[in-house]
Amino acid sequence: MSDTPILSIEHVGVRFGGLVAIADLHFDVHAGEIVSLIGPNGAGKTTAFNVMTGFLKPSQGQVRFRGTSLQGLQPHEIVRLGLGRTFQRTSVFPDDTVFDNVMIGLHRQGRARVLDTLLGRDRAGEARLRERARDLLDWVGLSGRAGEKAGALAYGEQRLVGVALALATEPAMLLLDEPVSGMNASETQVFVRLIRSIRERGITLLLVEHDMPMVMEVSDRIVVLNYGRLIAEGPPAAIRADPAVIEAYLGHSSAALHQDGAGRTAATETIDA
Amino acid sequence: MIRHIPALALLAALAALPFALGQNPYLLNALITTGIVTIAAMSLNLLLGFTGQLSLGHIAFFGIGAYVSALTSLGFDVELVGGVRVVHEPWPPVVGFLLAVLATAACGYLVGRLSFRVRGAYFVIVTISFAEVVRLVALNWVELTQGPLALTGIPPFSLGLPGLGTTTLRTKLQNYYLVLVVGTLCYALIARLVASRFGRAMRGLKENESLALSVGINATRTLTVAAVISAAMAGAAGSLYAHYLRIIDPDVFLFSTTVTMVIMVVGGGKGTLLGPIVGGLIFGLLPVALRPVMVPEAQWMVFGLVLIAIQFVMPKGIVPGVARLVTRRRASAATAPRIPMEVRP
Repeated sequence: MSDTPILSIEHVGVRFGGLVAIADLHFDVHAGEIVSLIGPNGAGKTTAFNVMTGFLKPSQGQVRFRGTSLQGLQPHEIVRLGLGRTFQRTSVFPDDTVFDNVMIGLHRQGRARVLDTLLGRDRAGEARLRERARDLLDWVGLSGRAGEKAGALAYGEQRLVGVALALATEPAMLLLDEPVSGMNASETQVFVRLIRSIRERGITLLLVEHDMPMVMEVSDRIVVLNYGRLIAEGPPAAIRADPAVIEAYLGHSSAALHQDGAGRTAATETIDA
Repeated sequence: MIRHIPALALLAALAALPFALGQNPYLLNALITTGIVTIAAMSLNLLLGFTGQLSLGHIAFFGIGAYVSALTSLGFDVELVGGVRVVHEPWPPVVGFLLAVLATAACGYLVGRLSFRVRGAYFVIVTISFAEVVRLVALNWVELTQGPLALTGIPPFSLGLPGLGTTTLRTKLQNYYLVLVVGTLCYALIARLVASRFGRAMRGLKENESLALSVGINATRTLTVAAVISAAMAGAAGSLYAHYLRIIDPDVFLFSTTVTMVIMVVGGGKGTLLGPIVGGLIFGLLPVALRPVMVPEAQWMVFGLVLIAIQFVMPKGIVPGVARLVTRRRASAATAPRIPMEVRP
């Protein structure tokens, strides 16, 4: 792990008119880490992702990726720097096959210009891209679905297509927005293995996720947001026991219960669940 | 290669068609103008069908192509603001064709750059306004365009290589094959584009723009390039039109022609390679069939009814509808023999 973080969120704030989506968010992610960003619904997690990937301009603060400020950069420019992302809901190109989805995702890996295409000069490059697409589908475990329309896949499989698309951009860091929502327990386990294999290839991961057992299992570090503010940060064990986190998820009285020990099991279970 | 069979069969049929019709000049004329508008519809489909952007001023590119090509081959003598006099001696129509393609490509770039920042409804409005402005220029810059008096005596195309002599395309049959060749080239070009990295970028933007941006596709650049190619093709069609009819007036910018092109694309199946051709042939030749029985104004109502009927039976247009029927029949043919065996007790 290097001393300079791969991603720095520097006092980022987002306001939509009078509504404060993110008040003041400040944290770092280091290369090689798996970090999870958690918090109740409406805490500002997806908003934070949208700021990091250029889909939203922050009202204050900035994001740095590998030392470069992302201020004023468009989404397609940010992904070229090596910061990939997936989406919470619409993670596929629905009318194309799974294979063609990945081929679209490999856009930056192709070098063919429009003129090359018109003159038929990019055959070798296309063959190389198809090879790469097959490798990526193999990696996420969708080889058997290559010929099917992405929009017709089960929800969990669509998430995998989304991950394959993001991996196709050859990111140094990947932001996954609720990757296991809509997956059953066994699919989630398969996905946890996929996340680890992504890390093994040297890709840093930042997740937004509601599935607490999965978050606890996979994360090196957890960042907790509530009402657009960072309320806790640390390894899974510390987060599980953090009174502020328990209060955010269960309300004040539960946190009090947790303090005196009587509700410990109930409260930790809820955070686990 | 197999996926090109329907297109190749259609090409063979179109190549043989004049002989099947006994070279009837009235029908040939209808086929030529239909072919020219179909090329324009193919260019519109590149934007509407493959990027999802509706250009309701597409006729502007067609008309600019027609005027540039006509003026290049006729020559002109105009005085610009400040007393600058521009005199142009006539050049061959082939040069006019190339300049028409280049000029409309440049217009496509401008319109694309201006409007793709906003997209959707704004793009529709910008393209309509552009077409109207260009029409007014053609109508009022009388010194250059003759205004409503029309540009007349436009020379027909002449083809040839230095040393081998040239042929001037005077007959309808020659012009028919010229349109067929240009149309085939446009088809091949679009087919190649759509199957390429660039085509995937267009589809990605159409299906899920945020996701396309997140994999590094530059929306403005992709859509602008699509607009440039689309405009250049419409300009080529306009040039063919000018040298075939040999007379053009500001009516080439009529809004209703854009509407016809949209009907061709939507009826035939937008976002498919063959859709605009099938739609173009149907709606281009429908007036020929209807002319003996009704006035042009009434034909428009039939157009509407036919389009509604097509959309009712095949919501995505004829080509996708037929493709679906074929795959379904194949699928049921493959499973049919098994059913009695499963039913048997």
